[in-house]
Amino acid sequence: MIEFRNVTKVLSGRPVLNDLSFTIQKGETFCIVGASGAGKSVTLKHMVRLMTPDDGHILIGGDEISSAEGKELGRIRNRFGYLFQSAALLAWLSVAENVALPLREKHRLSEGEIQRRVHETLEMVELENDGTKLPSEISGGMRKRAGLARAIVENPEIVLYDEPTSGLDPVTSRTIDRLIGQLRAELGVTSVVVTHDLHSALAIGSRIAMLDQGRVSELAAPDAFIKSSSKEVQRFLASQYITQDAPWERDAK
Amino acid sequence: MVTREPEYFPPPNSTVAHLGRHVLFFCRAVGQGTLLLWYAIRASRYVLTKRTRDEVVMQMFAYGIKSLGVITVVGLFTGMILALQTGMALSQFNQEVNIGTAVMVSMLREMGPFMTGLILAACVGSAIAAQLGTMVVSEEIAALEIMSIDPVRFLVLPRLVAMSVMTPLLAFYTCIIGVIGGGIVGATQLGVSWEAYIDNATRFAMVKDLYVGVFKAYLFGLIITTVACHAGFATTQGAVGVGFATRKAVLVSFLLVLVSGYFVTRLFYA
Repeated sequence: MIEFRNVTKVLSGRPVLNDLSFTIQKGETFCIVGASGAGKSVTLKHMVRLMTPDDGHILIGGDEISSAEGKELGRIRNRFGYLFQSAALLAWLSVAENVALPLREKHRLSEGEIQRRVHETLEMVELENDGTKLPSEISGGMRKRAGLARAIVENPEIVLYDEPTSGLDPVTSRTIDRLIGQLRAELGVTSVVVTHDLHSALAIGSRIAMLDQGRVSELAAPDAFIKSSSKEVQRFLASQYITQDAPWERDAK
Repeated sequence: MVTREPEYFPPPNSTVAHLGRHVLFFCRAVGQGTLLLWYAIRASRYVLTKRTRDEVVMQMFAYGIKSLGVITVVGLFTGMILALQTGMALSQFNQEVNIGTAVMVSMLREMGPFMTGLILAACVGSAIAAQLGTMVVSEEIAALEIMSIDPVRFLVLPRLVAMSVMTPLLAFYTCIIGVIGGGIVGATQLGVSWEAYIDNATRFAMVKDLYVGVFKAYLFGLIITTVACHAGFATTQGAVGVGFATRKAVLVSFLLVLVSGYFVTRLFYA
């Protein structure tokens, strides 16, 4: 579904992605973890062409997004939903108007149909009673859920999550995890999750990729990831008090 | 694509390289601004959609009607200063009745559009740059692009249309208020009656003065919006960058209003 082929990106004279290659299968939840500056968010931005690689190719279901322009780029981007770290809701629109935005701007739907789809999506993220509020009037967790509702309202094939649980309390973090799992189970979307939160990655991920200095240093399913002999992985696991025999939440999958 | 990647340039190793880089950046900014205006004009077929219409009306209110207060004060005092200065000079020759023509022609040709342009550059240009800059920093522009919603059509077009309509109207309003201000000074300090003042003001002013002034104001509206949108979209480095973009938008708009005003005058009158 998503293929990175030898992608290289240099920012401020420093290689952030260094001959990066991996493939994400249709329907899987692919988690990307790593230390700050490892290139996680840059990888995600390359997938939707918010950044262009200096070298290499990025294929989305066979279409090369790394060289697409104009309408072709728009067509490929229409396959994506993107949850930003800050949710990136338009500040002057209410939650419901934010969710309705892509439907109003891109599709010729009746107002009734738009309202129905917005209500359904808000219900899915448990915000059906907060649609009239402005983004400034709701909590960080609610903003994230509103951002998620906007990302999925068009039923995209792929949803990208940039740090979906950062800055949230553990209970809200697990709610977001459950929503990601629910989307995969109910809609069959392919998910790519960039996160620092290994508990979350182990709970929701089909596979987990550890990025280190712009390369994949480990790529494995959660069970194998936790038993990895890689020093970076073990150091990362230990930093979040996760050991090989520690249980972690799997019910979100 | 409006969203720009972070750029890195190694420090220049000589004064010539430093100067050369500034020239290149200037040329690039001019090119980007011109392209932005072209993209907005190309998107103007969407101006009749309901959302854009509603947005245009909202922007006309926010940027036009809400500036009326300051424009009234500035217009009134500009007319009063013009009348006072010319009146004092003309009174030496007992020609103070001619302040009507002086104020009317000055306001229509130059001061009306120019003062309106300056006020709008300060009030509206800064607001547009700050809003778009904040949207860039909070990734709202990137979100629009990923949703395949063109930020130029969504954000620039309504502002451009609103300013293209409101700037000429406000400039005309400034002229009227300026002429009234001149009349007040004439009546209270120079002994020129209202009838004589209005008669003199309307006798020598030409229709050409009006349409050149309106054209100038229209041009200023386009310049201020384009510069402000470009500065906003080019914002980097968070809150500091928003401040820098706002300052840049106001400064560049001021300069362009001044320079383009001169060339329009030269084009029509020289």
